[in-house]
Amino acid sequence: MGVITDNLDLWQETLIGTLILFIAGGLVALILGTIVGAMRVSPIPIARAVGTVYVNTIRNTPLTLVFFAFAFALPPLLGLRLTAPVSLTLAIFALGIYTATYVAETIRSGINTVPVGQAEAARALGLTFGQVMSQVVMPQAFRSVIPPMMSVFIALLKNTTVAAGFSVVNLGSIRSYMSERGENQFLVILWVMAIFVALVLLLSWAQRALENRWKVAR
Amino acid sequence: MSSSVLYDVPGPRAIVRNRILGVITVLVVAAVIGFFVWRLAATGQFSAEKWAAFTYTNVWIQIGLATLRTLGAFAVAAVGALALGFILALGRLSLHRWVRWPAGALVEVLRAIPVLIFMFLLYYGLPVLGIRMEPYWAVVIALIAYNGSVLAEVIRAGVESLPRGQSEAGYAIGLRKSGVMRLILLPQAIRAMLPVIIAQLVVTLKDTALGFIITYPELLFYARFIGSQSTLGSPIVPATIIVGAIYIGLCLILSAIATLVERRLRRSARTTRVAGANQPTQEVTDTELIAMQKGAGKYDAQGL
Repeated sequence: MGVITDNLDLWQETLIGTLILFIAGGLVALILGTIVGAMRVSPIPIARAVGTVYVNTIRNTPLTLVFFAFAFALPPLLGLRLTAPVSLTLAIFALGIYTATYVAETIRSGINTVPVGQAEAARALGLTFGQVMSQVVMPQAFRSVIPPMMSVFIALLKNTTVAAGFSVVNLGSIRSYMSERGENQFLVILWVMAIFVALVLLLSWAQRALENRWKVAR
Repeated sequence: MSSSVLYDVPGPRAIVRNRILGVITVLVVAAVIGFFVWRLAATGQFSAEKWAAFTYTNVWIQIGLATLRTLGAFAVAAVGALALGFILALGRLSLHRWVRWPAGALVEVLRAIPVLIFMFLLYYGLPVLGIRMEPYWAVVIALIAYNGSVLAEVIRAGVESLPRGQSEAGYAIGLRKSGVMRLILLPQAIRAMLPVIIAQLVVTLKDTALGFIITYPELLFYARFIGSQSTLGSPIVPATIIVGAIYIGLCLILSAIATLVERRLRRSARTTRVAGANQPTQEVTDTELIAMQKGAGKYDAQGL
């Protein structure tokens, strides 16, 4: 326990770093992913093509490579000086751009689970496009999107640790600070593991609860 | 595209609107690409000096060796993960509670730990206990542990998705538990889950790049090395482009194999029936395929 109680400041700082990466990266991923997901189901062929190319390329790119490009190749291109806030912003966008592909795919497959007949029936009743979307399609799609979306966010939470390799403060990088203070690295990493297992189990529990509550009866 | 949930067959006004949106899409994409080309040109990334490093045979030999180290770690990790996946899946499917329970707990814990943290434990943590480990083994063992536990869930979901009649018929002709599993359930489960299994191997290949962080000399590590050579003009941007292309190319090849297998499986009606899942006519993503399987493994975050 001493590893934690003697270094509360560091644990707090790194935990906050992880949460910032998780929440800000999640926001970027949600916004970008929704746009790309909408492009992938849009009636415009060129938008669908762009969405498909984006998703297929980034999904076959290691996250470490995305981070690598953002941390090492982008600063000389854009003339950025690598201060702590800049590194953090770059890390958030690396995580967001990577996770956005999974968000987009989740949204797309969620929309695909709604039977065509639902929208056709709604149109036959004379509902407008907005009404079909807001009252018939989206409520059903939303329910089937939530559980897999939670999985995407669980993965995002675990992926925040990759930022540790690119000098961004988070739970993944606490190891190096602790070893400077002469703490037992083995114990520190075990504690980090325990924290992640707890956080992931918490999110999976929420996922299961939401899933039971929002099951689509079909 | 008349049978979409989202939109009807476009009328004249919708056609005009769609064309305008199409033009806007093209403009936005062109602007993004143009911006990067402009920045590349403005910072002299197209100059011959920046690419001079890649005219040396030795540099390319080193890139080749780094690729081999990436693939070497991947190959060992893939085989190990498959083996561990089978063991853990069989454990979770066991009828004995004292086998099932620890196997289940192990799978849940291993899946929840970030791969990088596991690598840290092996590379930085174990020396505290007096065990020194090469980066290679830290990468391989961490990848085996994580992907093995995910594959265990995939295989288990595959077995549990089979109709009960399959195992009952096996017992009826006098097979034992091991025979039913080995001769009847596993072959069908693996066939049905092959696309998901290959997709997980793509994840394994992608995650070998994490070795860069714990100083395993794979592709990214070499890109960083060559990119910081000031005598060669610090060609970090060209190095990233080259190494990135190799990585993405390798993953795309493996993904293409997964898609190919998926398409061939879907073509054979037998698998469709055996898998017991009502396969949609549209393209199925891996997540959906897993989601279709009954049981606790659904919507798992493998693939990320």
